[in-house]
Amino acid sequence: MTPHPTLAETASPAPDGSAPATPADSGTPAPPTLRAERLRLTYGERVVVDGLDLVVPPGKISVIVGANACGKSTLLRALARLLNPASGSVQLDGRAIHTLPTRQVARQVGILPQAPVAPEGLTVIDLVGRGRAPHQTWWRQWSAADEAAVSAALAATGITELADRPVDELSGGQRQRAWIAMAVAQQTPVLLLDEPTTFLDLSHQIDVLDLVVDLNRRDGRTVVMVLHDLNQACRYADHVIAMKAGRIVAQGVPAEVITADLVAEVFDVRCTVTADPLTGTPLVIPTGRHHGGPAAPSPATD
Amino acid sequence: MSLLELSRRPGRTTFRLSRPAVSGVLRPRLLLCCVGLAALTVVVCCVGIATGDYPISPLRVVPALVGAGDPGQVFIVRELRLPRALVAILAGAAFAVSGGIFQTITRNPLASPDMIGINAGATTAVVAGIVLGGGGLRLPPLGLAGGLAAAGLIFLLAWRRGATGYRIVLVGIAVAWMCTSATDYLLTRAQLAEAQNAVGWLVGNLNGRGWESVRPLGAAVAVLLPAAMLLGRWTRTLHLGDEVARGLGTPVQLARLCLLVVGVALVAFATAATGPVLFVALAAPQIAQRLAGLSAPPILAAALTGALMVSASDLLARWIIPDVDLPVGVVTGALGAAFLLWLLVRTNRAGSGG
Amino acid sequence: MTTDQATPAVAGLSRPGRPPGARRGPLGPLLLATALLIVLALCSIAVGSRQIPLDEVVMALVDRSAADPQIAAIIWGVRLPRTLLGLLIGAALGLSGALMQGLTRNPLADPGLLGVSAGGALGVVVAVGGFGIGALYGYIWFAFAGALLASVVVYLLGSLGRGGSTPVKVALAGVAVTFLLNSLTNVVVLRDPQALNRYRFWAAGSLAGPDGATILAVLPFLAVGVVLALATAPALNSLALGDDVATALGRRVGLVRLQGTLAVTLLAGAAVAVAGPIVFVGLVVPHVARLITGPNHRWLLPFTMVLAPALLLLADVVGRIVARPSEVGVGIVAAFLGGPFFIALVRRRRLAEL
Repeated sequence: MTPHPTLAETASPAPDGSAPATPADSGTPAPPTLRAERLRLTYGERVVVDGLDLVVPPGKISVIVGANACGKSTLLRALARLLNPASGSVQLDGRAIHTLPTRQVARQVGILPQAPVAPEGLTVIDLVGRGRAPHQTWWRQWSAADEAAVSAALAATGITELADRPVDELSGGQRQRAWIAMAVAQQTPVLLLDEPTTFLDLSHQIDVLDLVVDLNRRDGRTVVMVLHDLNQACRYADHVIAMKAGRIVAQGVPAEVITADLVAEVFDVRCTVTADPLTGTPLVIPTGRHHGGPAAPSPATD
Repeated sequence: MSLLELSRRPGRTTFRLSRPAVSGVLRPRLLLCCVGLAALTVVVCCVGIATGDYPISPLRVVPALVGAGDPGQVFIVRELRLPRALVAILAGAAFAVSGGIFQTITRNPLASPDMIGINAGATTAVVAGIVLGGGGLRLPPLGLAGGLAAAGLIFLLAWRRGATGYRIVLVGIAVAWMCTSATDYLLTRAQLAEAQNAVGWLVGNLNGRGWESVRPLGAAVAVLLPAAMLLGRWTRTLHLGDEVARGLGTPVQLARLCLLVVGVALVAFATAATGPVLFVALAAPQIAQRLAGLSAPPILAAALTGALMVSASDLLARWIIPDVDLPVGVVTGALGAAFLLWLLVRTNRAGSGG
Repeated sequence: MTTDQATPAVAGLSRPGRPPGARRGPLGPLLLATALLIVLALCSIAVGSRQIPLDEVVMALVDRSAADPQIAAIIWGVRLPRTLLGLLIGAALGLSGALMQGLTRNPLADPGLLGVSAGGALGVVVAVGGFGIGALYGYIWFAFAGALLASVVVYLLGSLGRGGSTPVKVALAGVAVTFLLNSLTNVVVLRDPQALNRYRFWAAGSLAGPDGATILAVLPFLAVGVVLALATAPALNSLALGDDVATALGRRVGLVRLQGTLAVTLLAGAAVAVAGPIVFVGLVVPHVARLITGPNHRWLLPFTMVLAPALLLLADVVGRIVARPSEVGVGIVAAFLGGPFFIALVRRRRLAEL
């Protein structure tokens, strides 16, 4: 299952042919490569991920899917060096990420953890501005680049008019967008998002996912995110990674990976998979216990 | 492109110089707070210097400070009263900044060096010196040693694959209680006069402080206050939680260690000079934060608030009961508590929940 | 959620093992702890300036007339009241500590946070310094009144404004009131050596003084406090999930807070008045108990009620042995026994964050 034959040459600076390069960023180098090798992640005694190998396709949107507690957030945290591996390594451009200076990593990899908490009274613009921390120095606390990045992030997430409001007074969706704006303002070539659509209504979910596509298409950013909605994953992912019990069950182009059998294996749910009428990507329709037609009572194979 | 670019929005103004590439964010309300607090502190200090057994007109204080005027007055002002005023300012600033640092590290407004055992360590050492040593020992170095020892012990005990703010606080509380208990025990073993002497120190006292108290404390503040302000770049991301901070490239453990060292050193030097002046470390950062309308304690404003609190309390202490030298800690406790409660009630009305 | 007609797909989602409803509480450990407590109580009766063998202790307790009259007099007149007092005070402190941490959702909360220690202290010094009460334990009612008043003030201040009482508001108000009262106490103590003399021994904490009549006098308050406290246990479990969730679960959050605060006030107020500020017990023991029970208050509260008196009795016995023929105050020993234990716990694993 290697739908990206160019992956083997990712070390070369040549831009990935599939990533449309605009004239504006023709000078920017290829996004850094991020890979995990024989990764073993533990919380104390409990092993969450074991022997995992992964190459994140550069310049693409990868989506990790899986049931609750399958280790997908843990993997994301390890990719962002928030969690040191018990053994194995995460490598950024071939160097172990947890041995690199954290500030250097922060200019390459941005992470939005799940459910972050802002201190009471912090305004949106201050929060988003803090995303510029890895680019600032003691004497340059608000350069023109900072200003531009923060304005762009606010505009991209549609919260420019909320800039001066305290984060704790916003609605859940607005708050989530403010945090995403912070990660966007960090302007990293790799962006890791842990369930960015939580708390959002349908229209804002689509807004955020479209924003992710913009970031990917326009700036060539590599995006890895954890999503719960399989159909959104299929539609927005270039590369989907299905996890179960701490290991990768399947990965590749959604159309090849997401099948009824895989959904049954990963989520323990019977479903029908058809083509999305709009995009042709897989559309997963779970069956459930009550609406499966005559075949419903038959036991699912384990 | 002009030399200086300014852009304004409510609550924050950004500036950018093109020649030395310096830029930053200014907060008018914070700036106003700092200027106001500094001015008030200077006024209170002058009045404080003017007050005493030999009253001097407050207007004569400033000329006397630079050596102009009656030589007798110059001597009283420069040698007898200025050191006391300076110790008040420096100790207040040190306590306040240290409190702000601890509240940042732990993300808990209740955390302060008062609570996590550094003051308690200094106190135990000094009381042991008074009760057991019989007066041959000098108290300030003893207090410094006690405070640093307690801090070292806390950090050592809390260290285990890194030290979380939470664990530092819990270990600190245990150490604080053990030190306080040791102090209580020493007090029960002491002669009544010794006990009274010890309690007088325990409360925090400025009586009879001279230049020998100012010098070490002044040097410590001169180094540590700028250090604390420089660390502000890290604290800004630490406020968002360890994970986000790390994601933004802040070396979380290193930042916390640096902050801890600065905070401990500040409070140890201040305690050595004045004894544990109650409440300043806890209240001053909170007061400054609410005055400036920010989401975290601002370092410089907190320092000025602390300086003003201690100076004003010292003045009040001398006004309330002129014939007795009431320890300044008694007043900071009462004053700070009242002010914090007032702020609490006021912010409640505004609905921000304290 | 577990029903017979569950399809394999649903069964796969539910946890394997016992169904949730069948989970038993830690009854075994509770019985073990109770046995330990009984042994400690017997030791507390046996150990002292005159050692009494355990069999004679049991005999004298079972049948007073059968024992040596001198021994019976010691046991029934001195040791038994002291041990009973230890049991009562320990249970009260432990329970109020667990309640306080549950109510404020702050692991740093101890009963002292409601101002009871500071209020009690002020009561003592006012009784001695202001009213000249010289009787050995005549100041107990003043201390109790001080503790009650302080906690009422803290509660009212904490619940001012919109949104009623929130944990942060209560904590800040508690700290502020504590500092305020401590300042007042210090003023009295510094001006009146006699008050200081009484205060320093009260502050060390002791179970030695009070007689049977005193115990009987505070017993009703403690009884009401215990009933109120235990009755809040289910509501505290809901409250641990946040105010909004608790409301959704049908709890009247304000009422729960009021009831819990009342219980803490009665329990800790009475304990502090009689035995001095030994509130550290109330901070440590709930953390220990939480290791055994998890966050379920239905088990946590009984556990603290057993473990806290065990710590207190142990501290009392040790205090009688270490400095024979004199004694070390129980509060001091409790801090030195509990402190290292607490630190070891903090280091060993992540304590359940509230």
